[in-house]
Amino acid sequence: MASTSEGGSPYKHPYHLVDPSPWPLLSAFAAGALVTGIIVQAHFGAWWLLILGVAATLICMAGWWWDVVKESQTPGVHSPVAKLGMRYGMVLFIASEVMFFVAFFWAWFHFALYPEHVSGAEAVIWPPDGILTFDPWHLPFLNTMILLLSGCTVTWAHHALLENDRRGLITGLALTVLLGMLFTSLQVWEYAKAPFPFVDGGIYPSVFYLATGFHGFHVIVGTLFLLVCLIRAIAGHFTPEKHFGFEAAAWYWHFVDVVWLFLFVSIYWWGAGEIAHF
Amino acid sequence: MAYAADAHAHDDHKPSFVKRWLFSTNHKDIGTLYIIFALFAAIIGIGISFLMRLELQTPGMQIFADGQMWNAWVSAHGLIMVFFVIMPALIGGFGNWFVPIMIGAPDMAFPRLNNISFWLLVPAFLLLGGSLFVGEGPGAGWTIYPPLSDNMYHPSPAMDMALFALHLAGASSILGAANFITTIFNMRAPGMTLHKMPLFVWSMLVTAFLLLLAVPVLGGAITMLITDRNFGTAFFDPAGGGDPVLFQHLFWFFGHPEVYIMILPAFGIVSHVISTFSKKPVFGYLGMAYAMVAIGVVGFVVWAHHMYTSGIDVDTRAYFMAATMVIAVPTGIKIFSWIATMWGGSIKLDTPMLFAVGFIFLFTMGGVTGVVLANAGITQILHNTYYVVAHFHYVLSLGAVFGIYCGIYYWIGKMSGRQYPERLGKIHFWLTFVGVNLTFFPMHFLGNQGMPRRYPDYPDAMTGWNLIASVGSYIAIASFLFFFYVMWVTLRRGEQAAPNYWGEGATTLEWQVSSPPPFHTFDELPRIR
Repeated sequence: MASTSEGGSPYKHPYHLVDPSPWPLLSAFAAGALVTGIIVQAHFGAWWLLILGVAATLICMAGWWWDVVKESQTPGVHSPVAKLGMRYGMVLFIASEVMFFVAFFWAWFHFALYPEHVSGAEAVIWPPDGILTFDPWHLPFLNTMILLLSGCTVTWAHHALLENDRRGLITGLALTVLLGMLFTSLQVWEYAKAPFPFVDGGIYPSVFYLATGFHGFHVIVGTLFLLVCLIRAIAGHFTPEKHFGFEAAAWYWHFVDVVWLFLFVSIYWWGAGEIAHF
Repeated sequence: MAYAADAHAHDDHKPSFVKRWLFSTNHKDIGTLYIIFALFAAIIGIGISFLMRLELQTPGMQIFADGQMWNAWVSAHGLIMVFFVIMPALIGGFGNWFVPIMIGAPDMAFPRLNNISFWLLVPAFLLLGGSLFVGEGPGAGWTIYPPLSDNMYHPSPAMDMALFALHLAGASSILGAANFITTIFNMRAPGMTLHKMPLFVWSMLVTAFLLLLAVPVLGGAITMLITDRNFGTAFFDPAGGGDPVLFQHLFWFFGHPEVYIMILPAFGIVSHVISTFSKKPVFGYLGMAYAMVAIGVVGFVVWAHHMYTSGIDVDTRAYFMAATMVIAVPTGIKIFSWIATMWGGSIKLDTPMLFAVGFIFLFTMGGVTGVVLANAGITQILHNTYYVVAHFHYVLSLGAVFGIYCGIYYWIGKMSGRQYPERLGKIHFWLTFVGVNLTFFPMHFLGNQGMPRRYPDYPDAMTGWNLIASVGSYIAIASFLFFFYVMWVTLRRGEQAAPNYWGEGATTLEWQVSSPPPFHTFDELPRIR
């Protein structure tokens, strides 16, 4: 990380010119191995390439972000302008994620608003005939409360950080991570109890599981992101002035939260059919 | 790292080969990689089109074994040209090279993301190319509509390879888009306000927003297609209650912005070239910029004009017809502003200008047939005929590709430091212009005769125009090979290029720096008055 060592940068501008890095190249091929691994698994039942691809991707991500964290700890590298760039980047990344979810919500409303789009059904209703759904005010509402509470705890952590209260930061973050894990566990439990199967269950389970499943995946990613921030908070990386990694994690967490609110309102509540009783 | 530790202001110390080309974090080097990649992919994509025209030269089956093999190779041609030639050349190549320089920035905002955007294309391209040789190949067209792309009709891994190739290319595009937007918003030199920004940068800004918002929807659609194929879901499978038309909506919500993604950067390049070679500022600069914004915005609400025959109801078609025709307005603003830029200018018809003027002519042709096809009634007859093939090749194969050639001739001296030989460039232009028009103009007639897309054979009555189209394509392919010769001559024996070799008409920042620019273009930020 010689480009902007002690004594400031050799350049008369505030931008961060990154040194050559092996991670982009390696990550790209790791991603290639990962997707090829999915194909090999799905068609031939062999897991080795998928496992290799996932492992390689995780190693590359760790190595890449390790470098970023190191740079953030080097004085003068992450200038205010460079940090503003990261903010833009994170907001744009989240915007693209929103559009990703738009595809799944589109699928949901394509059938929920126009049940006549459901092929081969005798009755034009949504959810389709014979599908029992979850009671929205049971587990889904509990999960809503858990996520909203985690939004509060992450804000608590943020304010503690701004007040230079490390203890509050760590407690708030730890609680957020725990609440995230609790949400994921309850979601797994819900899937286990679900009155409709994922495989060959027809159109309703397809939309339900992919929409909520992709959200669940994002919760896991967000939890890991917050967990990394927790470790960094314990290591003392964050100051009241300089903590963009934490902020990005918090933004991501709120995004995941908002997606869940849309899922809860449109799929679990508005889209509820005949309620399954356990 | 060595280069960075060196504190000389304008030194040109470059990293070692591996660090420079494999681990690159330099926008110009990554741009060069993109352009080389696009030219390599073009050899394959254009090679496939050569096979296609050989097959269609006369009725009967010539070189393809059957319709499935034909469809697989046609699909590969389309996907390669869209995702691995036009987009990498225009966005990754010229965008990377010139957006930072034109706004007075030392590099892109996220140099490492920039590099992964490039390298993701390599496994993606390997997957797509490999899919041609697996099972029945990815024979569902570049639009990969189910049910044809379902596992019932494409059971082998080939289709999954193509779909994951799109996933990787899509990730590359999304990351690249976030990078461009951040660079343009955050790294403009002092004084470079949005309303002073060169039109090429405007075009890349709009393109990047389209990519950022459209590509993830394709990602969602192909994810559902992959789970339908492999993991037992039924999104697009009528047997499970699903609806194939849903895929068409999702695909075209991406696909329509995608066609503007391919053409907008060419708009930007052509604006610069027309202005440079007319020695006049662009006519109606703000109108030109906001026309692109308008095209980008309206481009998101016209997608179902690709679906007039898929059973959507009459009111929906009426809306999409009206909205589609609205696009002709900002497009017309651009065409007329280019013409007004040339009007009264001191015009020099060097090779880039020839390609720019050729672009305007061919794009207008394609735009006019686009207005014809916007009519839902007429499209009942023309849908999936060669009329449509002619239309989109006029705007893309001729429009966007002319934009690429235009950019290469305009900037090759800047990028390589060596100027192309003018006479060879002009020969290349005329060969290409005659070749592509001979190829694609007869396709309008074939479409009117009712010749459908995606068939390797046709009735004897259609032989005449098909033969002419094939001869035209051979000329175009010869001109493509000739282009490589021109580039070889340029790089081997081209004259040393001065910083501003076009003279007073060329006013943007890239003409203020040496040819080629130093490894880090600006150590000190330029100030724009």
